[in-house]
Amino acid sequence: MKLSLLAALAMGLVAAPAVAADSVGTGILKSQCISCHAIVKPDNASLARLWERKGPDLYYAGSKFNRPWLEKWLQNPVRIRPAGEFYTKHIKGSDKEDVVDESTMAPHVKLPKADAEAAAEALMALTGPTDLLSKGAFKGEKVSMSMGAMFFNKLRGCAACHQAKPGTGGSSGPELYTAGERLQPDYIYSYIKNPQAIDPHIWMPTLNLAEPDLQRLTGYILQLSASEGK
Amino acid sequence: MKMNFGQRVPAFLQAGLLVATCFVSGGPASADGPYTQGALRNYNTYCVQCHGINRNGRGVNSRDMSVQPRDHSDAKGMGDIPNDEIFHVIKDGGLAVNKSVLMPAWGNVMNDEEIKELVAYLRFVCNCGSGK
Ligand code: HEC
Ligand code: HEC
Ligand code: HEC
Repeated sequence: MKLSLLAALAMGLVAAPAVAADSVGTGILKSQCISCHAIVKPDNASLARLWERKGPDLYYAGSKFNRPWLEKWLQNPVRIRPAGEFYTKHIKGSDKEDVVDESTMAPHVKLPKADAEAAAEALMALTGPTDLLSKGAFKGEKVSMSMGAMFFNKLRGCAACHQAKPGTGGSSGPELYTAGERLQPDYIYSYIKNPQAIDPHIWMPTLNLAEPDLQRLTGYILQLSASEGK
Repeated sequence: MKMNFGQRVPAFLQAGLLVATCFVSGGPASADGPYTQGALRNYNTYCVQCHGINRNGRGVNSRDMSVQPRDHSDAKGMGDIPNDEIFHVIKDGGLAVNKSVLMPAWGNVMNDEEIKELVAYLRFVCNCGSGK
C-alpha cells in the first residue's frame, strides 16, 4: 500500500513538471504576446470578435510562417499591413481618398535574438486544426511573371487590396512582396482559395477561383518575394 | 446634393461609433430604422476599404485602382441602379453585371438576407428611391 502510494506520488512528481512547465518560448508568448494574439483557437469566431482582436491569430502559426522569417521579423519587425490590423481603426478621411492615420499605428514589440528564436520555436509548434490547409496542393510550377501580374492586377483584382510592390496597390490587406519569404506555399494557396475558412469573416472575399488560377497566383506571389522583396 | 451629403456624414460617423461600442447588441434588425445595425457593421467591415469612410468611393484602397469605386452618396448615380442589380453586384461581383472585376463578389461572405439589408442601407446612404 504505502509503497504503491509512494510510487504514484513519485510518478506524479515526475510527470507534473513535464506537463505544466512551459518551454522558454511558450513562456514568452504567454507573458508578452497573448494580450494581442490568440495562440489557441478561439471558441467565438464571430465578426464582433474580429473587431475586438488586436493582432492576427497565431494559433496556426506553424502552418503559416517560415521559421527563418519569423526569427528575423521578431527581432526587426517591419510593417506587413499598410493600414494596420484592423484597417478601419487606422484610417481617416482627407480631401482626396481615405489615408492611414499614422498617429494610431504603434510599432510592434521587438525581441532580442535568443527570445526571438525561442518564440519562433514555440510558434512553429502551433500548427492549428489538421484540416486547415490543403496540404501539397501547390504544384510548385514556375509561372511567367507578366502573366501572373496580369491576373493579380487586372483579371482577378487582387491589387485592389494588396501591394505586390512596395508603395503600389491596396492597403487593407497584408503586403505580398515579402509573402514568399514569410509564408508557406500551401498556406498561400489555401488562403487564396478560401480565406473565410482560415480567418472567418475576414474582409477578403472567397472568389471561387479555378485550379489554374490558384496555382498561377500562388506561384506569382512566391516568385514576387524573390524578385521584389530584397 | 453636396449640402445634403454634408449633413449626412455626421450621421454615419455617429452610427459607426455606436456600433463600435455596442457591438454585441447589433443584432439582425431594428424594425423601426431604415437599415439594420448588422448592415452598417457589414458595410464598415467589407465596403469601407474601397468605398470610403464617407461612402463617396474614395476608400483607402482607391488611390491606385484603375476603375474607381462607385460613390454611394451620389443620389443620381445610385438612383439609376435598380435594387435587384445592387443585390446581384454585391453577391456576384462587378463582372456579373458587366462592371469591373475590382468590385468583388461577397456571396461567400454574406448570406442573401444580409445582402438585402445592405441594399436597404445603400438606399439610406444615397437618399435615393428604390430604383426601378
Ligand atoms: C500590442 C499588441 C501586440 C503585441 C503585444 C504583440 N503583437 Fe504581434 N502583431 C500585432 C499586430 C497589430 C500585428 C500586425 C502587424 C503588421 O501587419 O504589420 C502583429 C503581427 C505579428 C506577426 C505577424 C502575423 C501575420 O499574420 O502577419 C507575428 C508573427 C507576431 N505579431 C508575433 C508576436 C509575438 C511573438 C509577440 C510577443 C513577443 C507579439 N506578436 C506581441 C500586435 C501585437
Ligand atoms: C477586398 C480586399 C481583398 C481582395 C480583393 C483580396 N484580398 Fe487577399 N487578403 C485581404 C485581407 C484583408 C487579408 C488578411 C488580413 C489579415 O490577416 O489581417 C488577405 C490575405 C491574403 C493572403 C495571406 C497573406 C498573409 O500574410 O496572411 C494572401 C496570399 C492573399 N490575401 C492573396 C490574395 C489574392 C491572390 C487575391 C486575388 C485573387 C486577393 N488576395 C484578393 C484582402 C483582400
Ligand atoms: C476591392 C474594392 C471594393 C470593395 C471591397 C467593394 N467594392 Fe463596390 N465597387 C468597387 C468598384 C471598383 C466599383 C465600380 C465598378 C465599375 O464601375 O465598373 C464598385 C461598384 C459598386 C456598386 C455599383 C454597381 C453598379 O452596378 O454600378 C455597388 C452597389 C457596390 N460597389 C457595392 C459594394 C458593397 C455593398 C460593398 C461591400 C460589401 C462593396 N461594394 C465592396 C470596388 C469595391
